[in-house]
Amino acid sequence: MVPWAIEIVQAALVLALAPGLVGVVRWLKARLQSRRGAPPWQPYYELRKLFGKEVVVSSNASWLFRLAPYVVFASTAAAACLVPSLAVGRPLDAVGDLLVVVYLLLLGTVFLSLAGLDPGSAFGGMGSSREMTVAALAEPTVALAIFALALSAGSTNLGQIVGRTLTDPAAALSPGHLFAFAALFVVMLAETGRLPVDNPATHLELTMIHEAMVLEYSGRYLALIEWAAALKLLVFFALLGNLFLPWGVAVAATPVALTLALGSLLLKLAVIAVVVAVLETRVAKLRLFRVPELLSVSFVLALLAVTSSFLAR
Amino acid sequence: MTLETTACVLAYMVLAYLGGAVAALLPLRPDLTRALSAAAAIGGAVAGIVLAARVLIGGAPFALTVPALLSVGGGLALRLDTLGAFFLILVGVVAAPAALYGAGYSRAYTGRYSLRWLGAMLNLFLLTMSVVTLADNVLTFVLAWEAMSLASYFLVMTEHERADTVAAGGWYLAMTHVGLALILSAFLLLVPPSGGGSFAELRGMAVTLSPSLRGVVFVLAVLGFGSKAGLVPLHVWLPRAHPAAPSHVSALMSGVMVKLGVYGILRVALDLLGVGPAWWGALLIGLGAASALVGVLYALMEDDLKRLLAYSSVENVGLIFIGVGAGLLFTSLREPAAAALALAAALYHALNHAVFKGLLFLGAGAVAHATGTRDMNRLGGLVRRLPWTAACFLVGALAIGGLPPFNGFVSEWLLFQSLLPAIGSSAPLVAPVMTLAVGALALTAGLAAAAFVKAFGITFLALPRSVEAREAHEATATMRASMVVLAALCALLGLGAAFVLPALGGIVAGYAGLPRVVPPLTAGALLLPPGGGASMSPSLVAIGLLLAMGAAWVAVRVGAARGLRVSDTWGCGRIGQTPRMEYTSTAYAEPLRRVFAELYRPTEDLTIDVHPESRYFVQSIAYRSEIVPWFERYVYGPLVRRVAAVAGRTRAIQSGSAHAYLAYLVVALLALLAISLAWSG
Repeated sequence: MVPWAIEIVQAALVLALAPGLVGVVRWLKARLQSRRGAPPWQPYYELRKLFGKEVVVSSNASWLFRLAPYVVFASTAAAACLVPSLAVGRPLDAVGDLLVVVYLLLLGTVFLSLAGLDPGSAFGGMGSSREMTVAALAEPTVALAIFALALSAGSTNLGQIVGRTLTDPAAALSPGHLFAFAALFVVMLAETGRLPVDNPATHLELTMIHEAMVLEYSGRYLALIEWAAALKLLVFFALLGNLFLPWGVAVAATPVALTLALGSLLLKLAVIAVVVAVLETRVAKLRLFRVPELLSVSFVLALLAVTSSFLAR
Repeated sequence: MTLETTACVLAYMVLAYLGGAVAALLPLRPDLTRALSAAAAIGGAVAGIVLAARVLIGGAPFALTVPALLSVGGGLALRLDTLGAFFLILVGVVAAPAALYGAGYSRAYTGRYSLRWLGAMLNLFLLTMSVVTLADNVLTFVLAWEAMSLASYFLVMTEHERADTVAAGGWYLAMTHVGLALILSAFLLLVPPSGGGSFAELRGMAVTLSPSLRGVVFVLAVLGFGSKAGLVPLHVWLPRAHPAAPSHVSALMSGVMVKLGVYGILRVALDLLGVGPAWWGALLIGLGAASALVGVLYALMEDDLKRLLAYSSVENVGLIFIGVGAGLLFTSLREPAAAALALAAALYHALNHAVFKGLLFLGAGAVAHATGTRDMNRLGGLVRRLPWTAACFLVGALAIGGLPPFNGFVSEWLLFQSLLPAIGSSAPLVAPVMTLAVGALALTAGLAAAAFVKAFGITFLALPRSVEAREAHEATATMRASMVVLAALCALLGLGAAFVLPALGGIVAGYAGLPRVVPPLTAGALLLPPGGGASMSPSLVAIGLLLAMGAAWVAVRVGAARGLRVSDTWGCGRIGQTPRMEYTSTAYAEPLRRVFAELYRPTEDLTIDVHPESRYFVQSIAYRSEIVPWFERYVYGPLVRRVAAVAGRTRAIQSGSAHAYLAYLVVALLALLAISLAWSG
């Protein structure tokens, strides 16, 4: 009973935290740019407002347009449930490994891209085409980074990867881990539509990727998509935090361990949020056709990660 | 008793196909011809599945020799073991829906092309493919193989009035015979000098061969069977011939026939030759990775829906070969559990690809049937006019994109997992090969998802881009039914993976270097590859997805505003939206075309006509862009020219005089006699 209670608590927690995380990054960016900025809880207001508004659907759109927000939300939520945000050794650990998380997120991306094409707008098509380009090019980096982690942990199972680093703390500083972290960090920026790949704050159509794709969405559908996007950001932050620096993750299902796990999760999310906010303040958006260069850098990093993991064995 | 029953099922299968072929040739009404040939093909397919199931469940191979037939080469020898039975099931699973579909699809041919020929050849094609999986000696195998190639050639040539069909047929005929020559030479090296060509004797002979000769046999088999499977660089015929055939035949060729190439390599490498050196596996992984990447990269750029699917077959065959290669590599490294997993994953992907590629070709056929075009830049908006086809095609697209919870996701996950046991190995070759394979697999998976978002999105979503697409009609009931069956199989093979995988493990058990009993690979609803400790359950992931969707739907229903207004697509204040504003297939792939420009070498030709008064008034813009088909231009172009030149020189001896030809015959006969005398003496 207890393990499933932890699953439910963890799922509810990540769902509830996700919009706040986006708000924190935005707020930090505003402060770094000497603006006052909206408070970190602003995204919650936005979601409430969107859920209360009517939906406008294009007359060209089909049933797919109305199905996609639910698929995107469900696939991201399912992926979030598999990630060990609080604890390891959970029942869901066996249901899906790191590859399943990646493929679930890809399912959401694919449906969002299809929905971008559906209303027949040039912006939607543009966003969809670019999104799939970035997703396709990020895929080998993700796989190789996973491979590098699996080389040291012996498995792609998330609980085992975390457990392996906990039992052998020196592994966290091994070159394989460091390179894999760097590679996944770059991929995280690309996959969650952050600078320098995509600008989440832009409203200039020709430079948009994610925002162009969801341009036709409004009301509750947009709310679901925005929430899923926030959740995706949290999934990547939690993966980066807990796979590479697993300290604090609850190994036993005791209240103390879980409280500690929550505290360490919040701390890790905050630290990564600061890093992302600083980065987004410091760098400019790359031209679209420079993005593949960035992704090939991350691919090389992942390749180095695999190589050094092989050598370190 | 059971043996006799099994023989009866075999007889049913053969008689159904033969009967179908004969019935199709009878001078009957066209709709009767279509119905009879389809019914016979379905009957044969079902009998084939029953036959294979009996062998798989019973476990004992079924053998039947008819020495009286083909007595020169040791008689007609049939034997169905688990490996052959798997591929026989693969034939049946696609053949039945494809034949049903063909009954409706071929109506459009009435009065234009020969329905009798089509029906007869379809049944012969299915028969010969089934016999290939059953053959137990060289002669039976090679005859069935060649008959299969010829039957499919005639099927490709169905629409023989189109110039591109004739050209495609030429490519196919040439490539398939190059392949046959290579396969024959591989077998010739394996046949013992005492003569007999049965596979049992070949197995005995293989043990006595020197390692280098075994290597030669392996390479010949890989090239020969690889040309049928569409391995790069022998794939060039595939994107021409598969689209040219009627769509249900394309489904059979891409879904099943290319898999028989895989079967051939497995038969030779696993069964006849036995455990080989590590480079065999590495070679297959390399060729597989190259095929996967080349296939998917060209699929992305394709605007013709069926050609896109054909290139994607090259890609998927590549993925299968990565699995087969990993399996061979692990057998030679003496890691039987890992080898069994890799081979089971490869077979799983072969089965999945048969199902979803069959489905997608049938869907593409329904689109071509409804609109008369396969050019995606002229399609669009079909989700409204063809709702069934669209839904089925979407399932196929998600499955082939490797997305959960469909079957493609399961087999791609298993392929990844089967590369992981390389961790434990310290052999020098393994690390770089496996890293390369993982990278190629992942890039392929990502690009395939992009290619099929394009294929589905551009064809079925947004506004129709032509009158034909605007006035399209849904497919007939039989066509819809067969697509629904295959779409349901895509879901079942994904959700039921916990049942499928152990069965696949049982199929590869006992072949060279593999354990007699493969560990179960599953635990309850979980797929549990040996050793690694990673596990996954597609059915539970699907339940989770559905639960999350249901919860979100209920929550939105209860808690959110319900208003919904239908309005125009937003377009920066422009009035009215036309299809010309949409992204096209070409535009969709443009970013990736730039990224991989080194490979594609796109040629661009932009002509802008401006008004004579001012260059700011543009009157017309013409833009042409083509990608250079690399292999055709730089490999096959020079080769074909060289062959044509040599052939031109032989014209000198073609005098046209019967006397001269008789003289050639005599000279050739004498020369052969002299050679054989010198050989034996």
